[in-house]
Order: sequence, then C-alpha cells, then structure tokens
Amino acid sequence: MLRFLLTRLTLIVPTFLGVTLLTFAMIRLIPGDPILLIFGERNVEESVYNQMKADLGLDKPILVQYAYYLGDLAHGKFGTSIITRTPVLSEFLSLFPATVELSLTAITLAVLIGLPAGIIAAVRRNSVFDHTVMGASLTGYSMPIFWWGLLLILLFSVTLGWTPVSGRMAVKYFVEPVTGFVLLDAAMAGEWGAFRSALQHLILPAAALGTIPLAVIARMTRSSMLEVLNEDYIRTARAKGLPPWRVVGLHALRNALIPVITVIGLQVGALLSGAILTETIFSWPGIGKWLIESIRRRDYPVVQGGVLLAASIVMLVNLTVDVMYGLINPRIRKGR
Amino acid sequence: MALLEIKNLSVAFATHGGEVRAVEGVDLTVDEGQVLGIVGESGSGKSVSSLAVMGLVAANGRVTADRMSFAGHDLMKLGPRQRRGITGRDVAMIFQEPMTSLNPCFTVGFQLTEGLRTHLGGSRQELRRRAVELLDQVGIPDPDTRLGAFPHQLSGGMCQRVMIAMAIACNPRLLIADEPTTALDVTIQRQILELLLDLQRKRGMALILITHNMGVVAETAHRVAVMYAGQVVEERPAAELFRHPRHPYTAALLEALPERSAGQRRLPAIPGMVPGLGDRPEGCLFNPRCGRVRDVCRAARPPLLPTDGGAVRCLLPLGAA
Ligand SMILES: Nc1ncnc2c1ncn2[C@@H]1O[C@H](COP(=O)(O)OP(=O)(O)OP(=O)(O)O)[C@@H](O)[C@H]1O
Ligand SMILES: [Mg+2]
Repeated sequence: MLRFLLTRLTLIVPTFLGVTLLTFAMIRLIPGDPILLIFGERNVEESVYNQMKADLGLDKPILVQYAYYLGDLAHGKFGTSIITRTPVLSEFLSLFPATVELSLTAITLAVLIGLPAGIIAAVRRNSVFDHTVMGASLTGYSMPIFWWGLLLILLFSVTLGWTPVSGRMAVKYFVEPVTGFVLLDAAMAGEWGAFRSALQHLILPAAALGTIPLAVIARMTRSSMLEVLNEDYIRTARAKGLPPWRVVGLHALRNALIPVITVIGLQVGALLSGAILTETIFSWPGIGKWLIESIRRRDYPVVQGGVLLAASIVMLVNLTVDVMYGLINPRIRKGR
Repeated sequence: MALLEIKNLSVAFATHGGEVRAVEGVDLTVDEGQVLGIVGESGSGKSVSSLAVMGLVAANGRVTADRMSFAGHDLMKLGPRQRRGITGRDVAMIFQEPMTSLNPCFTVGFQLTEGLRTHLGGSRQELRRRAVELLDQVGIPDPDTRLGAFPHQLSGGMCQRVMIAMAIACNPRLLIADEPTTALDVTIQRQILELLLDLQRKRGMALILITHNMGVVAETAHRVAVMYAGQVVEERPAAELFRHPRHPYTAALLEALPERSAGQRRLPAIPGMVPGLGDRPEGCLFNPRCGRVRDVCRAARPPLLPTDGGAVRCLLPLGAA
C-alpha cells in the first residue's frame, strides 16, 4: 500500500509540470493582449502601455517568463490577477466552495439515482424497467451539457417558473459564509427562506451537471452487477438460505462496486470540466465561470494558477479514489 | 420415512433456441444418514437436479415434480421464505470450484458465521467461538487467525475446507457435495473426501456425493444413482450395482474403470456421444450407443422399472432371464 502510494505520488510531479507548461503556452498562443483588453475601446498611450507591460513582467523573453512563473510556484505563489489585483489563490479559494457545492450535489444525485437504478435493472434484466433505464441513460449520456442545461431552463424556469434562472440565491437573502456552501451555511444559521432559495437555485444546474455521471453510473452498475450475479459465490450465498436483499445488496453489490467506484472517480475530472460549462450557462459563481471570464480577459496569472489548482484537485481526487479502491478490494490491499 | 424423496423431477430451461429439458423424470430417495452416490457423464443433469433440491435453479429454469419432499416438507408447495429456512440449514451444498465459491470481498469468519446468524442467531462471541470450532473440525490449522483471512489467501484445498465448514455450520441433515474434489490436487482430493465421509459418519447426516469417479462411489456410497442425459437410468445398492450392473450404460461405465481394464493399453471408451439437449433420440436415450439395442428400444422411452433392490430404466436389462 505504501509503495503504491509512493509511486502514485512521484507520478504527480511530471503531471504537475505538464499542466504548467500547457496552460502557460496555450493562453499565450491565443491572440489578444491583456493590457489592450483592460483599456478596451479607449486608446492607451505608448509609455503607459510599456510601463504596464514591464510591471507585469510581460516584456521579458517567453522562456524567462516561464522560469519566473515556475520559481514563484516553487515558493507557493500562484500570482496575482492582472484585472482585480487580488491573489489568484485567494480568489480561487473564495469561489471554489461554490463549484464544490454544485459538483457534490450533482454527483450525489447521480449516485443516489444511478446506483439503485443500475442494481434494479440488473436484477430485473430485460424488464420494462431495465429497458427504460438503459434507454434513458444512453440519451442522458449523449446530451451536450449546454444544450441540456438550456432545455432544463426553458422548461423549469421559463415555462413552468419553478426555479430561478441564475445565481446561487435570491438577492434579498444573505447568509454569513462559514463553510462556503450556501446550503449548509443557511441551514446552520437557521435561515430557512435562504435555504429554500439556495436549494431552488442549486437543483437545476446540479441536475444538468449530474446527468452524464448518472448515466455512466447506472450503466456501469448494471453491467458490473450482471457479471457478478453469475459468479459462483453468489450461488454459495443463496445456498446459505440468505434473503435476496442480502445476496444482492451485500454479496453482489460489494463486488460490483469495485469498478463502479473507479468510474465515479474518473467522473470527477469530467465533472469539473462539465462544471465550467454548467456554471457559465447558469451564471453560477464558481471557478468555472471565473476561469472562462479570465480567459476572455487574457488574465494570464488567473488562467495559469486557476487551471493548475483545479488540476491539482483532480489529481488529489484520483489518488483518493485509488486508495479507496484498494480499501474495498482486499485482493489489492494485501500484497500484490 | 425417507429424508428426501423426489418423484418425477424435471427441469426445463428457456434458451434462445427454445425450451430444453436438462432433467427429465428423475426419481431419487435418500434416507437419514445414508450416502447416495450420483454418477454420470458431463451434462447428464447431476448438478441441475441437486440445485433443484436446493431451490437454486437459474432464473430461466422451470422446475416440475410430482413430489419433492424433505423431512415431511413439500418443497414444491413452500413459499420462498420457508424454503430459505430449509436451504442452508437442513440441506446444505458444496460445489466443484472452491476458489470461486467464496466471496473474495469478505473474510472467512464473516462468510462462515453468516449462515449461523441467519438461521440460528447468537451473540458475536458465540458465533466466533462456533466458527473457530467449525474450522477446527474441518482440519484447518490455527483457526483463530484464519477467521480474518480473505479467500485469496487460502489454497484450493483450504477453500474447500472452509466451504465444508460453512455447509455443516447449522448441522444439516443432508449435505449435497457436487464434485467436491474435481478441482483439487490429487493428494488433496483424498483428504477432502475422507473429511466429508468422516463428518457424515460422526454427525449421522445424509450425503449426496456427485462425482465422475466410480472408484470413489464404490468405496463410499450405500446406494448409487447413474444418470444419463437428464435421466436416472439405474438406482440400486452400491455393492449390487457394482457386482451386477443391470443397465447397459452402467455396465459400459464400469468397463471403463481402469482396474477392470488392467492390461489393456487403452480405456474402452463408450462408443458414440451423449445426446445434446436439443437432439434427444426417440425411445431409450441410450439406444444409439447401446450394444443390446432392439426395435422396442427405439419405440418409446422405457419407464423406470423395479429390479432387485432398486430400479432400472431398460426394457432388456442385463442379468435378467
Ligand atoms: N441456466 C441454464 N440454462 C440452460 N441450460 C442449462 C442451464 N444450466 C444447466 N444447463 C444445461 O443442463 C445440462 C445439465 O447440466 P448439469 O450441470 O446438471 O450437468 P452435470 O451432470 O452436473 O455435468 P458436469 O459433470 O459437467 O458437472 C447441461 O447440458 C447444461 O448445459
Ligand atoms: Mg455438475
């Protein structure tokens, strides 16, 4: 286990460097000049322009800029936004909880619905339920998020008027951020009106974001379950005279979960990229929306630092998933 | 009264090619404390018949029987819940593949105490003590630490011992052992077989021993049922069946035994093939391979006819006048 962790940790270093190089290069490859973008339509004087360029270190050769960037990173400095002049790290930390809240809700919805749906579909193989679930998940999986999100908005916000179109909470409410999760903060403060409002704001983007993971989890659970249900040890469990819920829910599920957990883990990366689209559609004030805006403004430090931080989170989650995988699968835990 | 009594058991499976009958009109009786050997070639329906007794036939299978009773319970009439109260408690089964028959995700101790907890209950300490006792009885050294082991840490022989411990946990009155040694090393085979027979004798439980090995049956079984293509073709006391087989198929199987063909370079394999599930012949199922075949054998399926000490499914049995 320790060896396994160490090899995984050493792999993180090259991945980390790769991400810095990619973001650094990509944002500079797209045309557009951050300083000109700040001034917009107004003309900027040559001397002011050069002064700003020097201040931002953008006058130096590109390789030197990269070296400086890496040097700062080595000291734990993620840079400062060109536009807002606030440190990238603190901006990230203030916005990240919103993204986590959205993503967690989405993946929770996906697991809570996808897992039982997949299990029942497998147990009642070829039933109407099975065919419905598999058809729906294929549709859900093929649905592009922005299109699906807009459809949801059209139906639930515009036509039915059940949910708000954007934001995290109605403006008339305010809750003191403690955890950064509006839902939790409102509940802890006992502000039930705010809680309701937050929930209403959250449900639609979470549904849009959770659809693909939901489809993937349902399909994976079903196929994994079908495979496991044919195993000899399931026959053994039934030969003991155990009730069906125990055979399916314990003996089969425990084995079937191993690949499902891996898939859920892999969905985290996809979830983050999905969050960027979802946040943009629903104006959700998280890091997705923040990154998209910073790209539009060519806010180099924000793009570089933000993507790097997001990538680190994904790597961390993947590592956790690998460790969990070992914990539920005794064949990996011990030896080998 | 017989412990297990089966009359006219049939199992049909729904497959893509239509319905196939894997077991057809099987009659079996096992008395308290008796060892019944079931022999027959691969695919003759030995496993499916015993799974039917356990109530574990796959979902695509349809089980019918005129009578299937265990210790006075009519198994065909019991609801699923009452049926589960018998399965694993009064009737237990062990399987051919010990390595894959244990759940890889749970410890030996967990899997061993599970049946006990379900059927008999008891506190954690009691269950643990009982589990240690059981592992000890099946000859597993250092049972206390083995409780925490996972199946992949055990050898095939050890796994089968754990399976046996699990099966005898609730003191079953009947144990069905479906080729319990086929997947094991030859040296281990003997040990497992002796363990089973030892437990059978000490506990006075009935044992159905399914095997390909005629020699093993000759040594251990009180009665023997010979299965062919889903039917019991001969069912008689072991000693008599081995001395004077009545069915030509039984006789052919005995001919194929290595001891009897000593001196010959090759085993006298039975000519022809077992008919598949889809292409069962008219009349007696064995007639295409039978040396004694007559026209009557091709006309209709022979019924199971009483003979000395048992029954035989042949119109022209051997040794008859
Ligand atoms: N679920 C199922 N669906 C369709 N056919 C089945 C099913 N289970 C068993 N069969 C068929 O029933 C027949 C009898 O199988 P069974 O396993 O009882 O044979 P067996 O005598 O135990 O053979 P072996 O010695 O190889 O274990 C086989 O032809 C098998 O293919
Ligand atoms: Mg078999």
